[in-house]
Amino acid sequence: MPFTIRHNCPSVSLSYNGDFGALRGLLDFFKGPILAIQEFYSLFGAAVRNLARRPHYWDDVFLQMDTIGVGSLWITSMTGFFSGAVMALQMGHALQQYGQTGRTGQVVSIILVRELGPALTALMVAGRNSSGIASELGSMKVTEQIDAMRALGTDPIQKLVTPRMIATAAMLPALTVIADLIGMFGGFIVGYFIYALQPREYWSTTWKALDWSDVAEGLVKPFVFSFVISLVGCYYGLRTTGGTQGVGRATTQAVVTSSVLIFVLTFFITKIFVWQSPQ
Amino acid sequence: MGNGSDSVLRFEGVTVKFEDVTALKGVSFAVRKSETRIILGAAGSGKSVLLKAAMGLVSVASGKVFLFGDETTNLPEEEMYEVRSRVGMAFQESALFDSMTIAQNVAYPLLNQPSIKSKPEQARAKVKEALEFVELGQTLQKFPSELSGGMRRRAAIARAVVTKPPLLLYDSPTAGLDPITAHTIMALIIKERDVDQTTALVVTHRYQDGNLVANFRYNSQSGNLEPSRQSDSTRFMVMREGELIFEGDQDELEAASDSYITKFVKHVD
Repeated sequence: MPFTIRHNCPSVSLSYNGDFGALRGLLDFFKGPILAIQEFYSLFGAAVRNLARRPHYWDDVFLQMDTIGVGSLWITSMTGFFSGAVMALQMGHALQQYGQTGRTGQVVSIILVRELGPALTALMVAGRNSSGIASELGSMKVTEQIDAMRALGTDPIQKLVTPRMIATAAMLPALTVIADLIGMFGGFIVGYFIYALQPREYWSTTWKALDWSDVAEGLVKPFVFSFVISLVGCYYGLRTTGGTQGVGRATTQAVVTSSVLIFVLTFFITKIFVWQSPQ
Repeated sequence: MGNGSDSVLRFEGVTVKFEDVTALKGVSFAVRKSETRIILGAAGSGKSVLLKAAMGLVSVASGKVFLFGDETTNLPEEEMYEVRSRVGMAFQESALFDSMTIAQNVAYPLLNQPSIKSKPEQARAKVKEALEFVELGQTLQKFPSELSGGMRRRAAIARAVVTKPPLLLYDSPTAGLDPITAHTIMALIIKERDVDQTTALVVTHRYQDGNLVANFRYNSQSGNLEPSRQSDSTRFMVMREGELIFEGDQDELEAASDSYITKFVKHVD
């Protein structure tokens, strides 16, 4: 089933001959966002459905895993390290006033694994890859390569969207785990050199602080975010119109939308885990 | 209008809309086997949309499209792949895949069209043959960005003809090219017509392209074009703001009095 690109849709017009100009204006105002949501879900459905349909472009999946996963390793590691280090600086300072500096590792690990690791890693990957996907697919759209692909017997969603979705879903949780570990190491460097924490003390509190639910929360979030990052990038890329200017616009929209959605979803997923956890 | 029953491509009152813009307005015509149809018109007159509607790449709001005698109007995408495997299309600006070499681009329809699916070794030979046909045999491992505009158009033609489809659609194959390169491209289109007897639609805004197709044939002995009137097999159409305003042969086109049509007609002696 092809993704219905708005540009190709037959015109849909809400016609009303009465005097309800304001109502009509309101309907027109909501028509765009509602259509966008419908198209996004249509793309999501087609991309997921393709998981069970041949052909599977595994070469493209591995290529995207390299681009999205290995390519983002450096920036997510740096982000993880310094967010862990900054958190240790702040928490160590605050805990020092209560004589609880030894708990620094505990606080760092919980916040990193539950919240900051998934969110910051996803934001970094969104900034790097959601924009990259949107600009790549957008360029293909405006140069008719997407049409050429369809003309040559290939479903663009199967070839372009599904591999990016699989690759991001596989790599983002892995990148998050790596960023969490490097963040804990950043916290340890600060704890050891600034607050004179012993390695055994830091690492044992760090390890013991984590529950299985924390690990689950830390893996569910990046898994959900991965769909946002890949599909938002693909969605804006595939609906690009207006030449190179349109590609730039699609890239910006992809980064902004995926970043905002990551924060919104972080709230709701956290709420579910808080609600589920025993009092 | 041609006879619909033996037509390769037939439009019956086809209308295509993009949001509030009507790109094609009730267009009807039929293209016979081995005919070359030259479609003239200004930018934005609906020429490219007409080709995309024929390929099922845009949705048809009303009317019917028939390819090889079967109705293909708004067929599901999966069913269109089978139909499209019998149609070659050279897009405006080539539309070669940037990330693939020229050989991979030309091999793409052989390896990916569901009803063709050639083996790689068979595809390799056909790719070489197609690239030699467009005189690009030395560019197999080059990327599209390494070729000139004219070479990219020739590679796009090679990709369109590699499966030997019975119908070829050329979208502005000479747009933006210098006169010598444009002549080379048109000579290739004539060569393809005369070697494989293919039915073709050629979208262009240059009358001299149509004039060349209508008055020259490919001499396989000398490898050059030579004068030969093709009035039976070459017909012209003129599009204006989504409407088909003229359909006929070259003599009828040159005799037309409509000022829009006469703008396109330039006598080339």
